[in-house]
Amino acid sequence: MKQNYSIFTLVRNALNYHQDWQEAWRSPAPKPEYDVIVIGGGGHGLATAYYLAKEHGITNVAVLEKGWLGGGNTGRNTTIVRSNYLWDESAHLYEHSLKLFEGLTQDLNYNVMFSQRGLMNLAHTQHDMQALRRRVYAIQLNGIDSEILTPEQIKEMVPILDCSATARYPIMGASLQRRGGVARHDAVAWGFARKADERGVDILQNTEVTGFRIENGVVKGVETTRGPIGAKKVGIVVAGHSGVLAGMAGFRLPVESHPLQALVSEPIKPILNTVVMSPQVHVYVSQSDKGELVLGAGIDAYTSYAQVGSPFIIENQLNALTDLFPCFGRLRMLRQWGGIVDTCPDASPIIGKTPVENLFINCGWGTGGFKATPGSGNVFAHTIARGEPHPLAVPFALDRFTSGYLIDEHGAAGVAH
Amino acid sequence: MSAQKNRLATGGRIDRSRPVRFTFDGKAYYGYQGDSLASALLANGVTLVGRSFKYHRPRGIVSAGAEEPNALIEVGTGNRREPNTRAPQIELYDGLTTASQNRWPSLDFDLGAVNSCLSRFFPSGFYYKTFKWPKDGWLFYEKFIRRMAGLGTGSTEADPDRYDKVYGHCDVMVVGGGPAGIAAALAAGRAGARVVLVDEQSELGGSLLSERDRSIDGKPAMDWVAAAEAELAAMPEVKVLTRTTAFAYLDANMLSCVERITDHIGPNASGPRQRLWRIRAREVILATGSIERPLVYSDNDRPGCMLASAGRTYVNRYGTAPGQRVVILTNNDTAYQTALDFAAAGVSVAAVVDLRANPQGALVQATRDKGIEVIANSAITHVKGAKQVKEVDVMSLSADGKSVTGGVRHIYCDTVLSSGGWQPTVHLHSQTRAKVVWNEELHAFVPGPVMPGQNNVSVGAAKGVFGLADCLAEGHEAGAEAARRFGFTNAAGSAAGAEAEPAAEPLRPMWIVPSDKPVGQGGKHFVDYQNDVTAADVMLAHREGYLSVEHLKRYTTMGMATDQGKTSNVNALAIMAGLRGMNIPEVGTTTFRPPYTPVTFGVFAGPDKGDFLDPIRKTPIHQWHADHGAAFECVGQWHRAWYYPKAGESMHDAVNREVKATRDSVGIVDASTLGKIDIQGPDAAWFLNMVYTNAWTKLEPGKCRYGFMCGEDGMVFDDGVTSRIAENHFHMTTTTGGAARVLSWLEEWHQCEWPDRKVYFTSVTEQWAVFALNGPNSRKVLEKVVSGIDLSEEAFPFMSWRDCEVAGVKARIFRISFTGALSFEVNVPPSYALHVWRALMSAGEEFNITPYGTEALHVLRAEKGFVIVGQETDGTMTPQDLGFEWIIGKAKPDFIGRRSHLRSDTARPDRKHLVGLLTENPQEVLPEGAQIVEHVKDKPPMTMIGHVTSSYWSPNANRSIAMAVIKNGRNRMGQTVYLPYDGKVVAARIAKTDFLQDGAAANA
Ligand SMILES: Cc1cc2nc3c(=O)[nH]c(=O)nc-3n(C[C@H](O)[C@H](O)[C@H](O)COP(=O)(O)OP(=O)(O)OC[C@H]3O[C@@H](n4cnc5c(N)ncnc54)[C@H](O)[C@@H]3O)c2cc1C
Repeated sequence: MKQNYSIFTLVRNALNYHQDWQEAWRSPAPKPEYDVIVIGGGGHGLATAYYLAKEHGITNVAVLEKGWLGGGNTGRNTTIVRSNYLWDESAHLYEHSLKLFEGLTQDLNYNVMFSQRGLMNLAHTQHDMQALRRRVYAIQLNGIDSEILTPEQIKEMVPILDCSATARYPIMGASLQRRGGVARHDAVAWGFARKADERGVDILQNTEVTGFRIENGVVKGVETTRGPIGAKKVGIVVAGHSGVLAGMAGFRLPVESHPLQALVSEPIKPILNTVVMSPQVHVYVSQSDKGELVLGAGIDAYTSYAQVGSPFIIENQLNALTDLFPCFGRLRMLRQWGGIVDTCPDASPIIGKTPVENLFINCGWGTGGFKATPGSGNVFAHTIARGEPHPLAVPFALDRFTSGYLIDEHGAAGVAH
Repeated sequence: MSAQKNRLATGGRIDRSRPVRFTFDGKAYYGYQGDSLASALLANGVTLVGRSFKYHRPRGIVSAGAEEPNALIEVGTGNRREPNTRAPQIELYDGLTTASQNRWPSLDFDLGAVNSCLSRFFPSGFYYKTFKWPKDGWLFYEKFIRRMAGLGTGSTEADPDRYDKVYGHCDVMVVGGGPAGIAAALAAGRAGARVVLVDEQSELGGSLLSERDRSIDGKPAMDWVAAAEAELAAMPEVKVLTRTTAFAYLDANMLSCVERITDHIGPNASGPRQRLWRIRAREVILATGSIERPLVYSDNDRPGCMLASAGRTYVNRYGTAPGQRVVILTNNDTAYQTALDFAAAGVSVAAVVDLRANPQGALVQATRDKGIEVIANSAITHVKGAKQVKEVDVMSLSADGKSVTGGVRHIYCDTVLSSGGWQPTVHLHSQTRAKVVWNEELHAFVPGPVMPGQNNVSVGAAKGVFGLADCLAEGHEAGAEAARRFGFTNAAGSAAGAEAEPAAEPLRPMWIVPSDKPVGQGGKHFVDYQNDVTAADVMLAHREGYLSVEHLKRYTTMGMATDQGKTSNVNALAIMAGLRGMNIPEVGTTTFRPPYTPVTFGVFAGPDKGDFLDPIRKTPIHQWHADHGAAFECVGQWHRAWYYPKAGESMHDAVNREVKATRDSVGIVDASTLGKIDIQGPDAAWFLNMVYTNAWTKLEPGKCRYGFMCGEDGMVFDDGVTSRIAENHFHMTTTTGGAARVLSWLEEWHQCEWPDRKVYFTSVTEQWAVFALNGPNSRKVLEKVVSGIDLSEEAFPFMSWRDCEVAGVKARIFRISFTGALSFEVNVPPSYALHVWRALMSAGEEFNITPYGTEALHVLRAEKGFVIVGQETDGTMTPQDLGFEWIIGKAKPDFIGRRSHLRSDTARPDRKHLVGLLTENPQEVLPEGAQIVEHVKDKPPMTMIGHVTSSYWSPNANRSIAMAVIKNGRNRMGQTVYLPYDGKVVAARIAKTDFLQDGAAANA
């Protein structure tokens, strides 16, 4: 068992100058074979390993990460968590995840700082308002919290927003999910890693998968930069590199990898207490506990594996920001970065089997998979353990691109984070 | 004038004849023109200037430049308040108002400092371990944590300043105006190249600004700088930008720079405040200098603890002593220059404490010769004084340098200067994604090989070359070489010369300076000042397995502060390497991402604010609508007339009147916003056949046809009427919002998939003003003003077009209808639009012609069940779903989307279908977006089968009408469904979408 993290152990350790804290996870040598190998030590991969161990009793598991755990999109995202999705299939999946988020800090004994400070989606045109109502009514009928705000209510919640009628795109209303918010991305990865490790999962950092061992259409293991490792089952959870890994296994995915950028301001005292998103003027923003404004926008249109994007995206995004929040003009950009997001044609993920037996894939979360981290890991673990998709994952199978059963979250979503 | 107690009588680049008044925390002080806020505060003896992020420790000024971690200041007040500004980079101007931050109630007495007393309980990452109870307690704790965090306070008022943007191009871009950079610019400029030289400081000179008595080419160094500046200014192809930071090195040699135009003048300056430069250079010369590393010793954050080089800058450049009595701690020779300069300026140096066993270099000797005590093989083990250094403890180092021994010497002082060696400023080099490599001699990272395609070279200190003569030579050679490569052949002259520096002995790397207590158990060894990360925190991260550089940074927040670890990264990395028993480069480096220093949001936004955020598009007769009381709505970028309320009319009244008048007599709408694309070429018909679902090759010139475009997924993407003008010439119309998207779509398919096809697309949306006359009397109105054609049904049938004149203006009329009523769409050149509109209005007067807006347009088309793409569709509807089975060219071999229509789910007969919906209560108008269920439950969840896409009051049907998409809807005609929303449930019947059963046939 890992040491318990609590105020009491913190105080006790303080008395000993914190000399006795143990490592959060081991750095083991790879075993020759595992029951399950999870490729990708992002949040989704680590959560998959954790739930395999916790809920399915499969502990002979390795997570293979080419760099440092949580260094992919998990450590680069803008941490928005919500479940206000339009289509039933998505709403149920993301709500499953949101519910897991609500107990995650306790479950992992690691404070993931899930801050349900509410999340607002602004509408600026008649058309936006129609789309917004449609979504809110659908979300409500799915039993998920969502409400419509008038401009007056918006102004009251976020006084620094420019709610004037003369704005280029005046704010006409907003939807609000009160249970939505932000969480600490690193903590989610680290919390899952620590608890997975506690249950025996080997987390192998700096271990890149370079190929698959496939015999008669059945996966037998992987090739890595640290040598071959055998496995009875393998799950691919590598976000922006899904296409690369699928290529190694000999199949193609309807996934494109695009840069998605984000940036933060210098920290300032609390000025914004909710998450504000505007698909129309294309920016979204929240303020981290440290005080930094965290903001993002849309993807770069071209495909790329380089974690950098175009400067004009940043310019447009800051245009939009300073227009919505004229008082932010004098703040400064402190850091800026990009991640590579795996986007599907219908902006929904792929979870399930692949053409290779015992090889499973979980990808396509694109610009919005952080919020799904526990849920995704949970249903993917089930899918790997049972060899059958979790009921919530059924609609998200790869074959939907053959059947045409798409779950198109583009339509009414705009910016989808 | 209050006395500037630390101001030196002479020296420095300040103008003692121009005193400048400023305030700090409400108290007035004087400095001089040429001062930075930091130098002026030091001159006035103000050492306590801020509080740290986490522990609220009292802090002073550490540096004299962009690397400043501590002295973060709120500049200005009200709508110009700017938090977190680095004091060494704030130029003093008269009336400058500044304040400390992150303290309450005052800088001197900050309640937050209780964190410091409890700091033992708040090591790195403590928040991950606690605040977990009760289950939803975090929101509660978070409130307090947020309040404690966050440094300065942002303004809540709109920023009143203007910002500018500009693009630049040059052959050679030089970043950094120190000796190496100036030499480079001179050489390239003389050769004839187009050169841009940028430097973040207020004047050129770089490190020379901080020198005391260096000379170049036999004259004082700053005289050489002045001459160079004059020479550069006289070159027409050279631009020198001071107060300009190159903050991002982007792909293909583009650098983003921010020029601070009026920040040093203050709020009363005219002109933009800052300007964003995007400069594309053929070659970039990085002469960005180097930054000194502080030593990590116990209590090294006390106000008064400063970098040795900064102390030197304050004395030499600003003519102010940082304090009255100084102790210097060093592991290398450079700090001795500080000691010597201080001595020369008459500032008392109590001692130089050297970590090296037996320093004997020339500067060391010179220092000793000046009578300054050098305490070798020793360390500072404590710094006393909470808000101002009072005294240091010095002890001897053990043989291995890991601990201290012997007796303690107490040395009284008010300032401690430290030097841990120099780190070349490799940020821009690294931003190109090129590697940096560890140099064992310098104990620093230097630039590695450059990235292909990113043509740059690092010179001088930025490359780890510190001698002045070498810098001048390297800079000169780089500038001359770049110019030569680009074919500039004028004489570049020769490099300026300088005397060699005295030989220096190697530095002694000692990443933690030991104290008499184990690290973490006595005083604090700060690594990252601003974020309060100590050596003990690095050790904790190591202990807990956060080993990789990125984990270390994220877990401890080291290097994540506003200074981005300029003074802390290497120290932290080296400490981690020591703990892991690895070499520093094995542990890794962090990648440097833009920006080099934080950049104002406003300057990225530039002038594109307010109405310039996105262009507002207006139709040629926009003003007429405005003059006639129209309310407008935003449709894409357009402002469209929404409805025209008369005095006393509500929106509902106005729309009803417009709709009725149109059905009963005649209405007119400004449809100029409709997307229009001119398509020409021998393959035009072939192309349309591919992008539309229906057949186009047989359409005759003179005829129009309605079509749907689908995406590859088979879903409706846009719709519109396209007309054949001639064999190889079509006029396409698109939705208003979709025009740009459609044009890009056509171009994409043409350029990427069918580049051999001869077809050309031109947007002509704004080349035609379009007015649609609708209603039974529209022909009668038009007849009065048209000439050149017969408007009769036989001569000019539905779905055809004719060229003619309207009110004397060349026009093209399309007989197409979006209302189901008799309709003529009159297209005229926009410059004649108002004339034609007026002519139509007066011709229609006798028929009570009524202008209608987009709302009535929507109602009129809905009455006949016409779809609007983007309203009835959302990217998930096929033409078949919309009831347009007939529009699919079954005989066509292919079109975009065809294959997807064959997929099992897309071909399902029970997909969602577009149907009509009639509420049981005809007065009840459903909200658009309302969801439809078959069975109502007491509470959610309920299974939804569709939603309302359009819904209106129809004055002609005299009831509410709605369109909806419903699962298997076409096979459920007559069924009752329910719409639960806003706490009620409305029942409605599924119906056909033509709501005017009694007539008004499409082309009566
Ligand atoms: C800028 C930005 C903002 C975002 N904002 C949000 C947001 O606000 N809300 C939200 O919900 N989502 C957001 N997202 C999306 C979200 O970050 C991702 O969907 C999610 O984190 C994906 O998690 P993951 O674990 O699948 O992927 P990752 O964290 O990317 O993990 C994949 C891992 O696989 C590893 N890997 C790749 N190839 C190999 C190999 N061959 N061998 C071994 N390991 C390999 C990678 O190194 C990486 O660590 C954002 C994304 C970005 C880039």
